Amino acid sequence: MHEYELGEPIADTKAPDGPIERRWDERKFTAKLVNPANRRKHRVIVVGTGLAGGSAGATLAEQGYHVIQFCFQDSPRRAHSVAAQGGINAAKNYRNDGDSVYRLFYDTVKGGDFRSRESNVYRLAQISGQIIDQCVAQGVPFAREYGGLLDTRSFGGVQVQRTFYARGQTGQQLLLGAYQALSRQIDAGNVELHARTEMLDLIVVDGKARGIVARDLITGEVTSHLADAVVLATGGYGNVFYLSTNAKGSNATAIWRAHKRGAYLANPCFTQIHPTCIPRSGEHQSKLTLMSESLRNDGRIWVPQRAGDDRPPDRIPESERDYYLERLYPSFGNLVPRDIASRAAKNMCDAGFGVGPGGLGVYLDFADAIARLGRPAIEAKYGNLFDMYERITAENPYEVPMRIYPAIHYTMGGLWVDYDLQTTIPGLFAVGEANFSDHGANRLGASALMQGLADGYFVLPPAINDYLAGGSFETVAPDDPAVSEVESEVRSRVERLLAVRGDRTVDSFHRELGMLMWDHCGMARNETGLRKALERLPALREEFWRRVRIPGTGAELNQELEKAGRVADFLEFGELMLLDALVREESCGGHFREEHQTPDGEAQRDDERFSYVAAWQYHGEKPVLHKEFLEFDYVHPTQRSYT
Amino acid sequence: MKLTVRIWRQSGPADQGGMVTYPVDGISPDMSFLEMLDVLNEELVERGEQPVAFDHDCREGICGSCGVVINGEAHGPERTTTCQLHMRSFRDGDVIDVEPWRAKGFPVVKDLVVDRSAFDRIIGSGGYVTAPTGAAPEAHATPVPKPDADLAFDNATCIGCGACVAACPNGSAMLFTAAKVAHLNVLPQGAPEREQRVLDMVETMDAEDFGGCTNVGECVAACPKGIPFTSIANLNREFLRASRRR
Repeated sequence: MHEYELGEPIADTKAPDGPIERRWDERKFTAKLVNPANRRKHRVIVVGTGLAGGSAGATLAEQGYHVIQFCFQDSPRRAHSVAAQGGINAAKNYRNDGDSVYRLFYDTVKGGDFRSRESNVYRLAQISGQIIDQCVAQGVPFAREYGGLLDTRSFGGVQVQRTFYARGQTGQQLLLGAYQALSRQIDAGNVELHARTEMLDLIVVDGKARGIVARDLITGEVTSHLADAVVLATGGYGNVFYLSTNAKGSNATAIWRAHKRGAYLANPCFTQIHPTCIPRSGEHQSKLTLMSESLRNDGRIWVPQRAGDDRPPDRIPESERDYYLERLYPSFGNLVPRDIASRAAKNMCDAGFGVGPGGLGVYLDFADAIARLGRPAIEAKYGNLFDMYERITAENPYEVPMRIYPAIHYTMGGLWVDYDLQTTIPGLFAVGEANFSDHGANRLGASALMQGLADGYFVLPPAINDYLAGGSFETVAPDDPAVSEVESEVRSRVERLLAVRGDRTVDSFHRELGMLMWDHCGMARNETGLRKALERLPALREEFWRRVRIPGTGAELNQELEKAGRVADFLEFGELMLLDALVREESCGGHFREEHQTPDGEAQRDDERFSYVAAWQYHGEKPVLHKEFLEFDYVHPTQRSYT
Repeated sequence: MKLTVRIWRQSGPADQGGMVTYPVDGISPDMSFLEMLDVLNEELVERGEQPVAFDHDCREGICGSCGVVINGEAHGPERTTTCQLHMRSFRDGDVIDVEPWRAKGFPVVKDLVVDRSAFDRIIGSGGYVTAPTGAAPEAHATPVPKPDADLAFDNATCIGCGACVAACPNGSAMLFTAAKVAHLNVLPQGAPEREQRVLDMVETMDAEDFGGCTNVGECVAACPKGIPFTSIANLNREFLRASRRR
């Protein structure tokens, strides 16, 4: 086994006891309050402006706190939440199809393969309805029925229609809602926005998070910003794989720096593979583009029945097609959860049934739906997605089936947080994809937007109140040694990167790292591969610091330098991911260890040994593993079945 | 494909700037325009030269970060974002000119990167519904007729890329502002602030050094999200209505 130490188990997550439907109310009631007049004396830093960060910044400012907000893009509206297509779940039962808070809770715990916390997931389901109310009040133009009421559709892993959507641009519309609320607070002077500014380290004073060190991406100036609490809303780390559905700038720097300052990192190996991505077209490719999971409402997935059949799809008669999801999972059909659909596609391609260049693709076919509903209906529902597909592939999906293949999408791992979204560093909170808390080993579709907004609009505010009411905050002087030390570490790290003056581009290292991670820690993992990658990674890291070439200086807009800093952190972070995947000797959700599968090739959990959250503590070369054992009082773990 | 790209290089706001010619080779028609720039940049870095700075992030046509003028057209020859423009739109041997958005309201930061923060200030001055968190009524309490919801959505799809400003001979931000006003003013949720919103947003737009609108329509032709020209007429109507009622 690669080296790590076993630490003390995590004893308490701060979730209240008692009946699950009372826990959140209980916590809200016991959380201490801050007098409105005193709130303006507190400064809170929020890093990131996506659904979680934007909603958090807006809400904290509404409550009266002075918020200092950061994003590395030129505007908060560009955070990658903007790209989410399909929808947001809420247990409103508008369809009268038997939905309830309990069913959303149940579906999410089961969908996550019993590796999430019951208390958290129940709270998420409870808050879901309020999120829709809030967004509608903000003017988010959700899809509506002719009578003026809200429309919904289905997503994978569920049998009710609880997903609210705004055509194929739900993320954009929700983000604009949060951004507008934030903009209002910026204009009112309650939020101080630093755009094009990247957090490069965390300031911890007397054991508490008290600020960040950031670099102005235009001038290169490195500055410290101090506050009474710090909130990280910096998204996921899927770009460790280089090719992913994430934005190019998405990175792990903020959470990795916080980890090195003492925050535990939980379940880093849990990566979601999304089943409906446009297949990659060549070596040059810089990113992968998703086709919304909502397409599986009407699209039917199939491959030819004969391996290696290279006839065009319209020449393959019905009787020679294999609608394998409908065959293997008759009750959920094309709407099985993402991990199941992804693995099934990979299995079909591995067995030689794949279509398109290199055999890495399966068909997502709308012919039946177009025949049944007519082309205008399909255009109204999915038009922008079809256009996007055609633009990228130069194929018309109204006429030929789409080709899709799984791709790296959302990361369920992240900073460990308690029920109050607080990390193991007091005063450091993590919200949205940056934390690990609600999705378990697999995220159901349309749940990421729900979690981001739940955290920012509703969960964080009482948690911050409680934290700030509970402590006295000595003023930290800008020249405090604890501040200047971190600041000078950041400066020297930037200088070190620039001083290498090697002969390899940052991108070439990132691509090599990505390939290594995909080959050995991607859709399927095994011990041999993980060990191999764990051996190769330190050598690659060493080579990076010897050979990377970054032109220009640190005192200007230097995009190569920005990328280099992020890749340097991915090169460290990736190792922890590999180790986490190696230690978890079971399969669950997005983590598929080939040694652990059922006779039918499904993920085989080992609840006896692994029903825990793996929370890693940084300790130089030898990380320490703390286990948070999971308790299931309501949804009892069983072999997941979607047949 | 083998191409010649001529790119605007400008080290900073104070620099004069100028076009520089670069040959690129081995370009696949399946590459996006930005991937072609990636290839060029890797070559430049390997040669020890400064890569070309350009804005980009999601690379799926929705974040609105990317945007350059290609052969005189905002986002290039097709009506899409630069990240979704593919090299199959060009021919082997083409000479391609690449420049930043050019408008007084969008000062150049470096090379192809411009400062679009004026858009954020326009939004901050009124492009929102005042709905503090937790105060919202049940979502079904206010039905919205489907045509209104659809019209609001069509305008809300604006990604704030700034192509409208870059394409406009006057450097006007009317289409951007109009999209936001139409999105919120058509909805019952936006009605209470309807008048103040349009007055404040237009005032900010003017103060940010954008030009006036003379109904040229280049903005609409360049808009990757198809914001309709009627939105500008709507903005004028809303502005007039609000001015009269003030």
